[in-house]
Amino acid sequence: MKLRQLVLATTVAAAGLASALVSTVATAQTKEQFFPVLVYRTGAYAPNGVPFANGYVDYLKLVNARGGINGVKVSFEECETGYATDRGVECYERLKGKNGGATVFQPLSTGITFALTEKAPGDKIPLITAGYGRSESADGGVFKWNFPLAGTYWVAGDVIVQDIGKRAGGMDKLKGKHIALVYHDSPFGKEAIPILQERAAMHGFKLSLLPVTHPGVEQKSTWLQIRRDRPDYVVNWGWGVMNSTLLKEAQATGYPRENIWGVWWAGAEPDVKDIGMGAKGYNAITMQHGTEKGSAIVKEVLEKLHAKGQGTGPKDEVGEVLYMRGLFSAMFAVEGVRQAQEKYGKGKVMTGEQARWGYENLNLTQPKLDALGFKGVLRPISTSCADHMGANWARIHTWDGTKWQFTSDWMQADEQIIKPMVKAAADKYAAEKKITRRTPADCQS
Amino acid sequence: MFYRENGQYKTSYRSDQQIFAIAQDRWAILALIAFAFIGVPFIADEYMFRAILIPFLILSLAALGVNILVGYCGQISLGSGAFMAVGAYMAYNTYIRIEGMPLIVALLAGGFFATLVGMFFGIPSLRVKGLYLAVATLAAQFFCDWAFLRVGWFTNNNPSGSVSVSNLNAFGWAIDTPLEKYLFCLIFLVVFGLLAKNLVRSAIGREWMAIRDMDVAAAVIGIRPVYAKLSAFAVSSFIVGVAGALWGFVHLGSWEPAAFSIDRSFQLLFMVIIGGMGSIMGSFFGAAFIVILPIFLNQFLPAMGDMLGVSISTAAVSHTEFMIFGALIVWFLIVEPHGLAKLWSVAKQKLRLWPFPH
Repeated sequence: MKLRQLVLATTVAAAGLASALVSTVATAQTKEQFFPVLVYRTGAYAPNGVPFANGYVDYLKLVNARGGINGVKVSFEECETGYATDRGVECYERLKGKNGGATVFQPLSTGITFALTEKAPGDKIPLITAGYGRSESADGGVFKWNFPLAGTYWVAGDVIVQDIGKRAGGMDKLKGKHIALVYHDSPFGKEAIPILQERAAMHGFKLSLLPVTHPGVEQKSTWLQIRRDRPDYVVNWGWGVMNSTLLKEAQATGYPRENIWGVWWAGAEPDVKDIGMGAKGYNAITMQHGTEKGSAIVKEVLEKLHAKGQGTGPKDEVGEVLYMRGLFSAMFAVEGVRQAQEKYGKGKVMTGEQARWGYENLNLTQPKLDALGFKGVLRPISTSCADHMGANWARIHTWDGTKWQFTSDWMQADEQIIKPMVKAAADKYAAEKKITRRTPADCQS
Repeated sequence: MFYRENGQYKTSYRSDQQIFAIAQDRWAILALIAFAFIGVPFIADEYMFRAILIPFLILSLAALGVNILVGYCGQISLGSGAFMAVGAYMAYNTYIRIEGMPLIVALLAGGFFATLVGMFFGIPSLRVKGLYLAVATLAAQFFCDWAFLRVGWFTNNNPSGSVSVSNLNAFGWAIDTPLEKYLFCLIFLVVFGLLAKNLVRSAIGREWMAIRDMDVAAAVIGIRPVYAKLSAFAVSSFIVGVAGALWGFVHLGSWEPAAFSIDRSFQLLFMVIIGGMGSIMGSFFGAAFIVILPIFLNQFLPAMGDMLGVSISTAAVSHTEFMIFGALIVWFLIVEPHGLAKLWSVAKQKLRLWPFPH
């Protein structure tokens, strides 16, 4: 009896608090540039999500320590998605109107990217998917609000095949070879398939597709097949716990790790650290950067944030692969705003719509990047109305048992192959959605 | 004292068969529906609509469907996520493949195909029951996950296996603002809620309940178990399928099979158990508990932390959310194993008798 009254009382109180909370949230207003941060610090992918989030937040803190964007201070708020699409959408809805409106969203999950792609044009908020997301969104003529800056999965897949060809002694040597694609069975993993199929048709290698279901720990049947077929190369399109499982299975099967190439989400410290020497020789693509502990930006973060106890996450992880990725993703978000201020007024807070212009006219030249501390980490990136990707350079790094080391020169994806694929996929999307391509006049806006 | 039924005489069969026998209940429910249609649009902001109210309405509808099967007919099912997926993907295919397909017909077509699939996977219920049936329906979940990931036809051969819809409109009414989406879902929920309520009060509903309570006895008194069980599967899957179609079309706009994973099936089953088995009202309570409470905790905890002067990290908030949510589930089930709906009816009963309980 008493318990029941308590139940009723708490339910009523909770309902009251909920409405009070929602109304206070709506009234908060500031004159700061607001960056929502979608993260996943919990769940199956947390080991990889945490360093990314730390890097992202650290860069935003660093911008404030440097005095803001032309004097405009930066504010940010994290929201935990747990890599789940519906929670990601909830976070997006929660944060998009807060603190004067969101500048840009970086969904950090292909599933959330797909869902937000439908919503962003209506809300006039740009989306940055640096190195991930949907590959056809590089076509700015159809995807006005999406920015897969610095590369897409098709760029990654293309460069991986190029590197495999190079190590085989020339692309013509690939004829008759067998490449197995082990991929995470989700839109993320499937992004790799079209480009590899295209390349397979070009060079005459055999491609077999081996899906692994979420979260990726169940790979016994996959490796049974690999043991039976003995493919010459394995391409690993994994994320989180799938990567270390794959390497362990490769070790158990006796498959040479030198012949495995990972996508750039499969080439960071958490993926190989526990396996150590067992993963020696494993290659992974990086969209430009790798572990960059010696770079100027890392030194600055350590000095201005971590030395003062304001850093996010453990100090010794600063400069690792995923941390750097968070760092430079935040840099894109901030630099787009800086670019937009050139047009709409320096020292002003930009709306999402104005920031979008900044992302579309991003021109990060080498001197600019060097000044920001990214010397040797990134190459120039410049976007345009037609090209929302901005750069298609990548490198391969290899795990030597204790650390990642670059083992290739800068390589460029073959635009002759990717451009038509992007255009065809974007046109298909436009036809499905009844979108007309943007006119040159719209590009100026 | 708060409300009493003195003087409310029923002088015809019609008045005896009303859904709500007491006038106050009737008015309260009508007022609630009117508030949902007229009041809420003025109060709620965009976040409330998109992140809370629309998911709540759609999952209430799905819970309603599951409740018919699990709560009223006693056939435990773990395939509800799969039936939602069938609804969503088949509605998508009808919508894009047939030129000029009206939206509502497409959504109902999703429900129709979910009915077929649901009845097919309901066939084992004729032989097995209880936990064994739960495992048998699990097959539906795995099969649908597999089919929608692998068979290109379902996703219109999209390279990434993710599909999306837009430009929704019904009878010339373009459904694009959050408010319109909310109203659209609300209409579906009210219509289906009314249909479901009347179904469970009718002869077929009593057959379901007889099967649930003791299938041998039900067969002895002339109820055909085949008919009763399969019809429960059919009605339930239809409603769940329509809810799945709404989830894809209206709420997400773009989805992949992971949106209807096994987690969704569990979620729906928990809604029914916590909300109240065999109660239409319980479906709404359960959906509110499972959908809204975690989001509420997620926002309430940092705010409470600020009030107390501690800032809690995102990860800690998320972990605490899971702990509190889990503890509340256990606590509610200990306090009231028959679900929140039972709690509600006890409260109502007390209000009727107060201050003279006997």
